[in-house]
Amino acid sequence: MITLVELKNGKKAIIQKIEGGPGLKNRLEVMNIREGKTIRKTCAAPLRGPVVLEIEGCKMAIGQGMAKKVWVEEI
Amino acid sequence: MKKILLMGNPNVGKSVVFSRLTGVNVIQSNYPGTTVGYTKGQLKIGQNEMDIIDVPGTYSLSPSCKAEEVARDMFFNEKPDLIINVLDATNLERNLYLTLQILEHNIPTVIVLNMWDAAKRKGIHVNLEKLNKITGINVIPAVAVTGEGIKDLVNIVNETTIKKDKQLSKIPKMDDSEKWAFIGEILSGVQKIEHRHPSLLEKLEDASVRPLSGIIIAIIVIFITMQVVIGFGELLINYILDPLYYQYYGPFITSVVENFIPTGFIHDILIGSGYEYETSFGLLTTGIYVIFAVVLPYILSFYLVLGFLEDFGYLPRLAVLLDSIMHKLGLHGYATIPIVLGFGCNVPAMLSTRILEGKREKFIAATLIAISVPCMAQTAVIIGLLGKYGIQYIFMVYGTLLLLFIIMGSILNFLLKGESPEIFFEIPPYRIPHMGTLLKKTWMRVRGFLIEALPFVFLGILAINILYLVGIMSALSNLLAPIMSQMLGLPNQAIDALIMGFLRKDLATAMLAPLNLSPTQLVVACTVLASSFPCIATFIVLIKELGIKDMLKTVVLMLFIAIITGTILNLILN
Ligand SMILES: Nc1nc2c(ncn2[C@@H]2O[C@H](COP(=O)(O)OP(=O)(O)O)[C@@H](O)[C@H]2O)c(=O)[nH]1
Ligand SMILES: [Mg+2]
Repeated sequence: MITLVELKNGKKAIIQKIEGGPGLKNRLEVMNIREGKTIRKTCAAPLRGPVVLEIEGCKMAIGQGMAKKVWVEEI
Repeated sequence: MKKILLMGNPNVGKSVVFSRLTGVNVIQSNYPGTTVGYTKGQLKIGQNEMDIIDVPGTYSLSPSCKAEEVARDMFFNEKPDLIINVLDATNLERNLYLTLQILEHNIPTVIVLNMWDAAKRKGIHVNLEKLNKITGINVIPAVAVTGEGIKDLVNIVNETTIKKDKQLSKIPKMDDSEKWAFIGEILSGVQKIEHRHPSLLEKLEDASVRPLSGIIIAIIVIFITMQVVIGFGELLINYILDPLYYQYYGPFITSVVENFIPTGFIHDILIGSGYEYETSFGLLTTGIYVIFAVVLPYILSFYLVLGFLEDFGYLPRLAVLLDSIMHKLGLHGYATIPIVLGFGCNVPAMLSTRILEGKREKFIAATLIAISVPCMAQTAVIIGLLGKYGIQYIFMVYGTLLLLFIIMGSILNFLLKGESPEIFFEIPPYRIPHMGTLLKKTWMRVRGFLIEALPFVFLGILAINILYLVGIMSALSNLLAPIMSQMLGLPNQAIDALIMGFLRKDLATAMLAPLNLSPTQLVVACTVLASSFPCIATFIVLIKELGIKDMLKTVVLMLFIAIITGTILNLILN
């Protein structure tokens, strides 16, 4: 398992686990970032900026700190 | 009166639906977070009168930010008779989560599947009958921007609010994981997605956030924006507004006033020294000229371009791109949006700092905008004053302001304890803007500017006339003259302009025109003006948004920085 930050640009992966308190988990979940979902990482913005990812055709930007708490398995 | 709430995820088209239903115009943009407060409007069908509220967008009824708190509170406290739940048909999975939460509370609900056009384009097919059967409530496909489906919506809203027996959904209460599983089930039965190759727009979407291509695109966008804003503004001034003023309006108003009041105080206040002079300081001459022929053209062209970029969906991508840098200045990427708005007018920019979560961020953003983001009125006059000497002088003013922005941001970030929260938001797809909506939005903003600017410009001219008349202006000039001439290298008369700057920056900069300053002196004066007091309207909003204490801090900082910067510039340039 690797985190979203480590996942290479353009690669698809399945979310395995989200660390952190229920607050963070819930915030991600209502945006459809939850365990079992397939994501594609578009890129990370310049200077260790936010990770941009795509779920079901919907794009999201998520800060590095949060992205580090999302563990995925590449497919 | 019946009460109806318009609810849904951010950026699904609620505000456009709202305008269609009520005729009340609200600013709509292609990024989440435009509506933080709420707007109310009425819909009347025969005897049936309804209050409709455009609720801020939310992903769930358990809030994680201010806008979402507002949404939750309205849902639970307003006792609505009907919920219109607007969904983005291209993104049903996520949208349906909120729908299930809403349906749990046994309030009559209708579903609007908006963005039906975009769904078709993307090859997404939704079986409406099945969806209607599963949810047990009415489902209406719509394209809010063109008005498609709105008639059906109005009919159904009317029927459901008149009917005595409420038609409620029979979906049972579920916990979160059950909800997601249920949504999965619904979609596998209801939705079919044809595979399509990514369109050019979709490729461009990704390119705009990748580091290298993103920066190149950002530079191109900013360059084109400047070219179009300035070019179109000049075109309007040179070919339409100047000729209108000098050939028709000026002579006309002068002869009218002179017919009734040939000389005296009132005459001077109304037309000053005559329409031929840009700075005659008459209410009906300079006042009208500055607003309509100096500032308005640039405001109009700026808001057209801004509206285009907003509706296209570019701004959130700029926010992603700049997020890291913004964090170093005590802000985060989303602060890009108030800053960009600030180039139009600082007032809406201050208001939109509400989308920032923390008090610290709000303070930093408001201070940075007040000091180093020149509004279009200032830009217009800076171009007017310095443009004829060459583009390098304009760059000096803007370069200094950019430097101030970076230095002050870093210092404030260092001094104020705390950290800005991490960025986390949905990036909307690129959409080709709808012309009608774009023009309407531009018109609303231009009208807002006129309503705001006219009274203050008139007040300013009146105040200046009176201050001169009773001799306060010369007393102030004498008092502050040493600072001015020694530190800033400006003649005494320029002080009048700087004082004037408190009321309206555009008038102030115009007062510098007849002083025959050298280009470098003008650079100093423009920079001091741009970085000192915001106009009085901004000032009032600043008090409202920050409170008196923080506002005073901002103002002291501002004065201090303006004088220091002016002095340094003077030393370097002269
Ligand atoms: N293509 C398309 N665009 C739409 C439609 N409805 C709204 N939009 C655009 O979507 C964006 C978001 O709309 P807005 O009403 O501000 O969303 P809100 O955040 O839900 O209030 C705006 O740029 C609208 O012009 C639609 O049916 N089709
Ligand atoms: Mg809205």
